Amino acid sequence: MDMPDVRPEVLARKEALVSRLQAVVPPDAVIHDPAETRVYECDALTAYTCPPMAVVLPTSTQEVSDVLRICSDMGVPVVPRGAGTSLAGGALPTADCVVIGVARMTEVLESDPGNRFIRVQAGRTNLAVSGAVEEDGFFYAPDPSSQLACAIAGNIAMNSGGAHCLKYGVTTNNLLGVTMVLMDGTVVELGGAHADAAGLDLLGLVCGSEGQLGVVTEACLRILPKPEGARPVLLAFDSSEVAGACVSDIIRAGVLPVAIEFMDRPCIRATEAFAGAGYPDCEALLIVEVEGSEAEIDEQLSRITAIAQRHDPVEMRESRSAEESARIWLGRKSAFGAVGQLGDYICLDGTIPVGELPHVLKRIGELGRDYGLSVANVFHAGDGNMHPLILFDANAGQLETAEALGADILRLCVEVGGCLTGEHGVGVEKRDLMGHQFTPADLEAQMAVKDVFDPGWLLNPAKVFPLDASASRRMAAE
Amino acid sequence: MKTLKPESEAELAEIVRTADEPLRIQGGGTRPIGVPVNGAPLSTTGLSGIELYEPGALTMVAKAGTPLAQVEAALAQAGQRLAFEPMDHRGLLGTVGEPTIGGVFAANVSGPRRIQGGGARDFLLGVRFVDGRGEVIRNGGRVMKNVTGYDLVKLMAGSYGTLGVLTELALKVMPATQATAVLLCEGLTDEEAVAALCRALGSPFEVTGAAHLQRGTGGGPVTMIRLEGSESSVAYRAGELQALLAHHGEFGVETDPARTAACWRDIRDVAPFHDRSGDVWRLSVKPTDAPGIVARIEGAEAIYDWGGGLIWLLVPQGRQADTIRQAVAGHGGHATLIRGSRAGGAFQPLAPPVAALQEGLRRRFDPRGLLNPGLMGQGAAS
Ligand SMILES: Cc1cc2nc3c(=O)[nH]c(=O)nc-3n(C[C@H](O)[C@H](O)[C@H](O)COP(=O)(O)OP(=O)(O)OC[C@H]3O[C@@H](n4cnc5c(N)ncnc54)[C@H](O)[C@@H]3O)c2cc1C
Repeated sequence: MDMPDVRPEVLARKEALVSRLQAVVPPDAVIHDPAETRVYECDALTAYTCPPMAVVLPTSTQEVSDVLRICSDMGVPVVPRGAGTSLAGGALPTADCVVIGVARMTEVLESDPGNRFIRVQAGRTNLAVSGAVEEDGFFYAPDPSSQLACAIAGNIAMNSGGAHCLKYGVTTNNLLGVTMVLMDGTVVELGGAHADAAGLDLLGLVCGSEGQLGVVTEACLRILPKPEGARPVLLAFDSSEVAGACVSDIIRAGVLPVAIEFMDRPCIRATEAFAGAGYPDCEALLIVEVEGSEAEIDEQLSRITAIAQRHDPVEMRESRSAEESARIWLGRKSAFGAVGQLGDYICLDGTIPVGELPHVLKRIGELGRDYGLSVANVFHAGDGNMHPLILFDANAGQLETAEALGADILRLCVEVGGCLTGEHGVGVEKRDLMGHQFTPADLEAQMAVKDVFDPGWLLNPAKVFPLDASASRRMAAE
Repeated sequence: MKTLKPESEAELAEIVRTADEPLRIQGGGTRPIGVPVNGAPLSTTGLSGIELYEPGALTMVAKAGTPLAQVEAALAQAGQRLAFEPMDHRGLLGTVGEPTIGGVFAANVSGPRRIQGGGARDFLLGVRFVDGRGEVIRNGGRVMKNVTGYDLVKLMAGSYGTLGVLTELALKVMPATQATAVLLCEGLTDEEAVAALCRALGSPFEVTGAAHLQRGTGGGPVTMIRLEGSESSVAYRAGELQALLAHHGEFGVETDPARTAACWRDIRDVAPFHDRSGDVWRLSVKPTDAPGIVARIEGAEAIYDWGGGLIWLLVPQGRQADTIRQAVAGHGGHATLIRGSRAGGAFQPLAPPVAALQEGLRRRFDPRGLLNPGLMGQGAAS
């Protein structure tokens, strides 16, 4: 994977930069010793690493603004960082950049269950947001599997989703406002505790912009009252096609589960060996979860099992207790860990129209055989968000083959009317595939947005857009 | 002036590319919101038709000029609907014509159900549009989850045609409800009503409408809470809510389908102000701030929706603009003049750096200032 050439003139000014940074944040907030900057050399896409020139860990919006002003003034690229769990290399540094990490900004600024919102500093972890309102009977809905570690800042930058977004939506549907610092140090407030924007929906534009438009320092988030209860049913089928058809039928019938998760045979086998959840040995299984009072749950589950019955399930297992629910979820929740036991893997997240599930699963199987690699599938079926896990052996030099297979699978997703990424973002990982989904004019319109927010193209400049597409802008800025 | 009415996206792009004067873009022309624009009328109604509808995937793709009624009829046939319940502006603004699906999203029009499921912008999955240089741009797609590149879909929703002319939209649709119940309580003050609505919205009972009228049909205040779902679930939740709200007031339950539908249609369309003279403002605020803001504005009558977060205000013509903008600005939120003389600007003034970003985007997407120029003009800063 290519990254832009390092600019020697920027590196040459490192000492001056560090001393200016130290003047605006506490001394221990500037990390510049190469032995320590190594900690920040990658995110969760660990195949690519590069230690930054320096790291700054501010504690306030004002400090972020001061730091950005200095970097802007000295022409130093900046890579914003939350918790570093990006799977797309979104937080991957360059050797001549300053990483601004918001990990020390974790305060709750205002909690207002009456008006159903919470305001936090952006470095607070996703789970700790829910934690702050739990006693009041509320929760923050978007729940990426990484929620114990990932920061709200990263969630906003990637517009992250979770298992429950079929009902509750993704980050952008639950984000009410941000405080954000532009590259030149200007602080802007977008949105707030009220609904909708006063002018253009800049908040909607910022969410999912992968740290390229500004550094988010505070967020106002919608919180929701916790449901009375929730229970899943496990449905096993002897073909992926049938499982896919069942998903459509459930949705079509007007039942709206909170989650519909899908696992195929390779994935079921791996999780059984690892976690032993006692799943049936079948070609495909669905876990469908519904919410409400006991009676409401019973009513919805009986509608769902009636629909499933028409598709000749191998087995249906309705949870009747908290323990049974936990058992049904156990295999799904350990799927990634289980597949990790088998070797190295790449996790893709292309999204497709739900109706294309059977076709795409079949093609993925065929492509895997062509490349001689196995692929396990586990994903959010209700919204077509695939998660093909490509297994490979890095020590046997299979990374490139696995990446090539991954690119083919993503192209397939686009061909059937879907997209390259449903929740992990483009980062560096899918940057060079953008031309498959977008025309030059489409990309030009997106880059025009960055021109407005960051005319010098200093914020996370080598991400999202194919390097050749963004080259003239990045050069012009030099 | 002759209305330009392209029959295809390519024709529209050609019109914009070769335009030498500003264009006044309209769908059905039923929502004259914002500063009136001088320009050659350009209608999107020639771009019409549902391109794709997959009920099992909850998605529809339609051309921008498709009549809203056609979209809603197709959805109803499959037991589905637009969850965000777009308002019909005709009664309030005295307009005629057929609302289009493009106009709904260009103005980001959402109704009472916004508090539960989200606004129009939350149900827009993808767009095609022609920008001010006549370039055709696509963004988003027709899948539920998509974070590929920047989200220009959100930017286009509520941009009133000032960044581009929408040509095609992909929407997320939702199942319609089986049953509806409305809890009604008379005689509450604004503060009491908003407190009760907040309590209801903070419960697990999935309220899909929460409104308060200072003057209901009987002349006195009426507070309304809507529940939707299966018959047994609605009945259960209505009982639970009545108990929960007992110390706020005595709520009765209405389940007649025609009456429940009518009372939310009236809230959605601000029906109580249709035949009354005066300016109408739309305020978006933090719910518990709402009664205090309304109390500051003399001679105003209010309808509260979204649990208090949306206020419709009727004030004597040409009056109170400064007080309203100041009251809102002091709390955080925004006010838009919907009915009244809007030449001086209809939208809330923005902070200078935000206004600069907005202006920068406009210059990029419409460098020649052709598309509804000035429509999103802000009122004088007060
Ligand atoms: C085991 C595992 C499971 C996962 N499961 C899910 C899942 O279910 N759903 C899902 O959507 N994702 C998932 N992810 C991906 C990842 O957790 C999300 O993308 C997450 O939102 C990243 O947050 P972060 O704080 O770690 O951000 P980082 O990795 O630090 O950064 C991510 C991006 O955000 C930008 N950024 C960070 N902070 C700021 C800021 N303050 N201002 C502006 N930009 C900023 C960065 O520049 C970068 O582009 C998973 C990852 C792992 C490792």
